[in-house]
Formats: sequence, C-alpha cells, structure tokens
Amino acid sequence: MAIALKLPDWTKWLRVLQAGHVPAVLSARHIYILPTRSGWFFALLLLLMLAGAINYNLSLGFALIFLLAGIGNMAMLHAWRNLAHLQMISSRIDPVFAGKDAVFEIALADRRQLPRYAIAANFEPAAAENPPACVDIGANGQTLIRLHLPAPRRGWLKAPRIKLHTEFPLGLFHVWAYVDLEQRCLVYPRPAEKHLQLPAVPDQQAQGHADSGSGDDDFSGHRSYQAGDSPKRVDWKASAREQGMFTKQFTAAGKSVLWLDWSLTPGNDEEQRIRQLARWAIDADAAQQPYGLRLPGITYPPDTGKPHLHHSLQALALF
Amino acid sequence: MAENIPRMTDLRWLLLGISLVMLLHIAHFSLWVTVFVATLALWRYLSQHYHWRPPGTLVLLPLTVLAALGILLTHRGLFGRDASVELLALMLMLKLMEAKSSRDLTVLVFGALFLSITALLFTQSMLYAAGILASTFALTATLTGISHPNGILDWRTQSRIAGKLLLQGLPLMLALFFLFPRGPGPLWSIPQASGQALSGLSDTMEPGTISDLTLSGEIAFRVEFEDAPPPPNLLYWRGPVLWHYDGRSWTMASQRLFLPYESVRSDQPVTKYTVTMEPSNRRSLLLLDMPAELPPESSLTRDMQVLANQPVRARIRYDAASHLDYRLAADVHPRVLELNLQIPDIDNPKSRALAQSWRDAGQTPQAIIETALRMFREQAFVYTLQPPLLGEQAMDDFLFNTRRGFCEHYASSFVFLMRAAGVPARVVTGYQGGELNPVGNYLIVRQSDAHAWAEVWLDERGWVRVDPTSAVSPSRIESGIADAVSERDLLPFLARTNSPWLKNAFLNLDALDNAWNHWVLEYDQKRQLELFSDMAGRKLSWQDLVTGMMLAVAAVGLLLSYFILRGKPANLDVLQRSYDRFLRKMKRRGIIRQAHEGPLDFGRRAAAALPHNASEIGSITEIYNRLRYGNKDDAGSINTLEQLVKSIR
Repeated sequence: MAIALKLPDWTKWLRVLQAGHVPAVLSARHIYILPTRSGWFFALLLLLMLAGAINYNLSLGFALIFLLAGIGNMAMLHAWRNLAHLQMISSRIDPVFAGKDAVFEIALADRRQLPRYAIAANFEPAAAENPPACVDIGANGQTLIRLHLPAPRRGWLKAPRIKLHTEFPLGLFHVWAYVDLEQRCLVYPRPAEKHLQLPAVPDQQAQGHADSGSGDDDFSGHRSYQAGDSPKRVDWKASAREQGMFTKQFTAAGKSVLWLDWSLTPGNDEEQRIRQLARWAIDADAAQQPYGLRLPGITYPPDTGKPHLHHSLQALALF
Repeated sequence: MAENIPRMTDLRWLLLGISLVMLLHIAHFSLWVTVFVATLALWRYLSQHYHWRPPGTLVLLPLTVLAALGILLTHRGLFGRDASVELLALMLMLKLMEAKSSRDLTVLVFGALFLSITALLFTQSMLYAAGILASTFALTATLTGISHPNGILDWRTQSRIAGKLLLQGLPLMLALFFLFPRGPGPLWSIPQASGQALSGLSDTMEPGTISDLTLSGEIAFRVEFEDAPPPPNLLYWRGPVLWHYDGRSWTMASQRLFLPYESVRSDQPVTKYTVTMEPSNRRSLLLLDMPAELPPESSLTRDMQVLANQPVRARIRYDAASHLDYRLAADVHPRVLELNLQIPDIDNPKSRALAQSWRDAGQTPQAIIETALRMFREQAFVYTLQPPLLGEQAMDDFLFNTRRGFCEHYASSFVFLMRAAGVPARVVTGYQGGELNPVGNYLIVRQSDAHAWAEVWLDERGWVRVDPTSAVSPSRIESGIADAVSERDLLPFLARTNSPWLKNAFLNLDALDNAWNHWVLEYDQKRQLELFSDMAGRKLSWQDLVTGMMLAVAAVGLLLSYFILRGKPANLDVLQRSYDRFLRKMKRRGIIRQAHEGPLDFGRRAAAALPHNASEIGSITEIYNRLRYGNKDDAGSINTLEQLVKSIR
C-alpha cells in the first residue's frame, strides 16, 4: 500500500513482563487480546446472516447464528487461556561470533494442567528472516524454544522483549504478551580472515622467550583425534596402519609461549586488531599452542584449552 | 509460513464440512449442480492426494463461466432463491480448487457457514438442524487445524477442541435464542415461493383429486384439544364446500352470489382446540364441523367455510372452537336450496331416472336418503383406492357399471342422486378422523385423511351431514383409512404399518417434531413476549427483552468465563497434597499451623495436643520431612504417608 499512515508504534505503551531470574509467569495483567482480521470478518459474516435470518424469519437460522456467536466467544476465552499463566524460564545462551545469529533458548512451561497449543514466540521487533518459533506444550509439560537474533557487533547483545502470541483455537483472536527475560548474549569479535600466520616471533619482553614453533619439537605422546585438531598433527602413519586417528602431542615445555599482544598486532584500527587477535586465539587453540593475551591494561596468562579460549574471546569481545 | 498447498489434514476437515453443507442442499439442487459440486470435491481431494498440479486460471475461468451460464439457463436468472444458492455453492467449490494459503481456507470455512444457513430457506426441520450441527462441528474443527501453524494436531484433538467449543457455545446460544427480540416482519420483501405446488385439498373436486391425496403421508395439521378429543365419527374437518356440478367436476359457489349467511344454532357448549397447520398455499383453514369461534385474520363464507385472509404459506397455529352438535341454516334462503338442486339435465339419464323413481314413489327426503344409503350398503359397491376410470356418463358408469370408488365417488354420486330426487344437497370436502398421538396428546391429521362427504337440507333440521362412504365402508370412519381399503400397500407407509414398535417410534418422533415446531420454528415475537410475560407476571415490551437478553448473556458469559479461565490450580505434588490434607484435619481439631512454624515444630505441638494420635503424627512429620527436604523420591513412603493421614480420625 502506497498510502500507509505512519502511526507511532502503540504497542510500546503496553505492559512488558520484566523478569530477570525467577521463572516469568504471564499473569492476566500482561495478556492482550484483539480480534484478528478473520475475527472481524467472522463478526461481519454473523451480522450478515442475522440480517437474513430476521428478514426471512428463520428461527433455526437464529439458532445457528447464536451458536456461532457462542463458539466465537468461547474461542476468545480459550485463546486467552491458552497463553495465560504460562511460565518462561531463560535457559542456555551460548556465545556467538559477530555476524552469526545469537540463539536464546527459553523453556516454556505449563503449570496449570492445561495443554497449550500453537504458542508462537519471537523477538520484537522481529527480524524478517526469522519466523516465530511455534510450539505445543503438554499439560504440566515444558517445551524449549530457540529464538534467533542477529549479532552484528561484539560485546553484550541484549535480547529485546519477546512477544508470545497465539491465535489458537479458531484464529479469530490474537492473544499476545510481552516478556523481557533480561537475557543477554556474549558476542565474540568476528575473527579476521586467515591472511596472517600466527606470530612466529617470540615475545622479547616476556619472561621466558617463547618460540611459537618450538612447541612442535618435543613429541610427548598421542591422544585420540578430536575434531578441530590440526591436520599437521595427525599421526597419519598410525592412521595408515588402521589403528585409528591419533593426534601427536607436543610439549611446549613452558618456554614456547605465544603472546598475543595488542600493541604488536597489525591493523589500522581497533576493530581490525581485535578481530585479528580473535583469529589468532582460535588458531592457537586449534594448534594446542599455549598462548597468552595482552591487552592494554589487562593481561591473561598463557594457557590452553577451551575455557581459556572463551576467557580470551570474552576479553576481546568486551574490550 | 508461505506454503503453496494446504495441509492434507486441514483439507480433509474442510472437505468434510463442505460436503455436509452440500448434503443439506442436495434435496433442492439441480442434478447437474450436485454432480458439478461432487466432481470438484473429488478432484480437489485426489489432486492433493496424488500431488497433481492445481488447475490454473485457464481451467477455472471457463468452468466459472460455464457454471454461471448453467445457472442462468436453469433458472432464467441469477438472483432467485434457488439460483443464488446454487451459484454460491458453485463459486465456493471453484474457490476451493484454487485455495492455497490458510487465509483461503478460512474464507472457505466462512463461505460454507454462510451456505449452511441458506439451506434453512428451504427447510427448517430437525434433520436439517442435526445436519447443520454436524457441518458446524466439522468447520470448527477445520478452523482449529488452520489456526495451528505447524499442523501437527491429530484429528482426535481437533474433534475434542471443536466439540468443547460447540458445547460451551450452547448456553450463550440458548440465552440469545430465547431473548433476542424477534422482529415483527421482514426487512425487505421475500421472494415468494408461491408457484410451488403443495399437496392439500383443492377448491374443486374431480374423480381422483382426493384419492391422489390419500397416497401422501404428509401431515396436514395437528390438533390439540382443550378437553378430551371427540370420538372419531365426529371428527369432520370442514374444508371447501362444493355447490356447482358441471358433469365432471364440483366447484365452490361463486362469492358474488351475495347469499345470506347461514345460521348455526346449538345448545351444547363449544369444543375448543388449537390447530397447527402445515403450509398449503391455499386460504382454507380446517375447523371441525361446525365452526363457532374463528381464528384471527380469517373470515367465514356463507356456507361455513373458514378462509384465512392470506394463503397459508408458512406453518401457522390458530385457536378455534366448534359446535359438534348443531343445527345449520334451518331458516335457509330459498335461493340456496334452488342452487343446490342444480345438475346438468342432459347427462346420466339412468341415474336421474333412478332418483326420479324414488321421488315418484312419494318418499320423504329422509326416506330417499335412506334408500340411497341402503343401495350403497346392500349392493355390490366397493370402497377402493384404485377406482377404474369412468366414461362420459360418469354417474351412470359408476352407479350401474363399475361400482368401485373412493369417498369422492360416493359423495358426488350421492349428492347427484339427491339433487335428481329433488332433495337439496352439496359436497363438503375436508379431512376425516386423524391419529391420536398419546405421546404429546394431540391429533395428527395427514393428507391421507382427506375425505369428501355430503350435506343434505331437510325441513326443520337444516343442513344435515350424510357420509355415504360410511354406508359402504363403516370402518373408514371409525378406524381410519388403513382398515377400510384392501390395497394397503398403496397407502403411505405410516398409515398402514401394524408394528406397534414402529408406530410408537413414529409417534414419538412426531411428538418431538411437534415440540420442535412449537419451540423453534414458530418461536416468534408473539410467543416470545407471551412466554416471558408469563414468567415475569406482567406485560413485557421488546425493550424489556433487550434488557433481559443483555443480563442473561452477561450472566452466562461471566459464568463460563469463570469456569474456563479459572483453570486448574497449580499442580501440587502428591506429597504436598497428603500433607495439606493432614494440616486440614489438624485445623479441624483446632491445631493451626502458624506461618513461622516448620513441619517438625508443628508435628511436636500437634502430637502433644492429640496424645492418642501422637505416633501417627510423629510418623507423618518424619516421612514428610524426609521426602521434602531429604530430596528422595520414594513412592512407598508416600503411600504410607497417605495411609497414616487417612487413619487419623
């Protein structure tokens, strides 16, 4: 429609259930209901039929119209009840890299011994490419939904309010409620493209000089292959003997520590450097290379493993 | 959800709903429309089932034009009742062929609902009500499927939800149905279905008019008597009175004769009754011989027929009263007698000669009647539903040749003979008898009870009813037509069945139908105001009804809202329920747990207060404490706890 009157978004004045930690329960105060377009059309249809029944004196016609009116009203009550007293509990929220979708996992639960049908949920304002998640919840049951939200920038991504809505059972009424679970998702910086190798130069200022390559020298044993292990470290000979996939492990012997240093990272601007550091942290982790992170004001001592990687990426995300 | 084809489950429900609606219409659809609709429904189903490409505009557009053209040719227009209903049905089916989105399906559901109400323009019987209920159910279930974007509901859930909505919608429907103020008349003029031929008595009588009617089991009218119903031999329902005979057919006296009204004298109290008459498209109202009090909006003719001001196009209900014992027109105008002696004097020489011979023998009118009736009784006359065709000289042929006839033959030949013998006589048509329905205690009069008899004018006594059929076949009058004729299989099924069970079933059904008519179909402004004025004990206006309706709807709505929205309380686990029961039992004994009191403290206090239950209370407290706070799931202990709680008296 070319002529669209730009109305202010009236829904922003509606009540939002603010729930930080406790399970959020939609009370009657939070639930809104309006007829859908079909609902208005249904009402119009009944009026039309009523005019006919009056005119042709169709007593049974009156009965049918009033039955339909009764059904419509009951549908309104059922639609309202379908959403009322629903419980929401914020579940897992895994960090994501910028540019991907953040996934918020939310548990919807019924505690009123009522099966709930076709409960849809989406963030408001909704992203066009993400259709609302739509689930059923059994009586006293619980269902997980996953809401996607684009995460364009590093840092904390605050989830907007969630719109829970349903038109069940007849599609004549739209029932909805807003909930703000005060969720946030950590967004890691988007890693830079793989143009630069890991910094090979040992850090001059560090207490022991570390050689990023020297860790490759001292073979210490095998462990079973894990996804993400560098192909360079796979024991291909063992693999060829059909003994299984093994990854060769090398000790860095404490001295070969890689320092990822903000001041030594190439890049024109801050974001570029952070992205490069993120890339290196990931690469170092994949290579099982112990690494430390040095940012202006903060220093993370060298370590390996996933928790260390997450700490490093979090530091970069929030820097 | 931009799916291109509707889901199969939704389509199945929709097709079921639409088919049920079409079934309501099948009785009055043209054959080709029925075939068209069925074909499209089948096509739609198969094309979904086998994933055929849906027909495009190239197929649908010509079909639409063809359908409209067909209607145009069948009905010579698109806007009559039949034409527009058929058009609506065809358009609905064509829309179904191209339905894709769930919005399309919703539109189809609404269209089908609208089509279902149009069926009531034709009939509003109970069967139709049941059919509409079924289709409404299916269409409601369709909507539940459509409003579920994932479409994973199974049909049982859909049926359950639809059924629940239907049942919960009923109270609101009843409140609105009885209290919604009904209008006094139409908002705009109704296209009359006046050309429609309805079976019923006609204003003329030829051989065959009544015996044809006898083959119909349709109900003509129902009668509730205020007191006990009169015996069958007095149940003569007076219809058209026929004066004029042209050698073939009997017709009514011209209204332009301006004859004086005939007088009725009676010293007996009147018999009061209420008649519910089916539409006949004729003005004649049926009252017992002899009408005493007229229904509203009707008038009396000079020969005591009751005519409504308008033809009876819908079922009507009227109160009336009659004299069963009467003296009619003892002081008749001579011109009337003259008119009732008229017969064509060239035909039927033998009959005229026979009558002349009675007259020449110097018999009194009374004796002539007796002679004629004796002739019918003693000679080989047969009462039959299948009389042979009569020749040119109809009376001669019947009286001297075939001698097989139905009531119209006997009435007409008897009147002919009387007139030829110089006794003024006329034919009266109407209904005779009826079947008493013990279930509703009312009389059912069917078309098969149609009858014709004679009235003869005698000095001092006036018009006297003589039924020549009773001379031939007394059982026709005493126990109805089924016992009187031998060709029983020709009679409508209900008139001839002997099975008492079947008969009872039909009588019950008819009582139900009567109640249906009374409470549903004839529930109009008048009855509505009467009903609620009776209940309120004062005269109500329609404004009062509106107030009442709003109050009733609000009350019903609040009650339903309470029960539906209340929901069930949050689910407590078994353990908590048992412990709560224990707390309630203690409370009844005056031991109330304080808010600050933990279960252990409370248990100790309760045990001290009720020493003879101390051990049970101790165990209950111990188990509850262990299960609640020890975080152990132990079904056995819960059972023990329940037993213990129960054991405390």
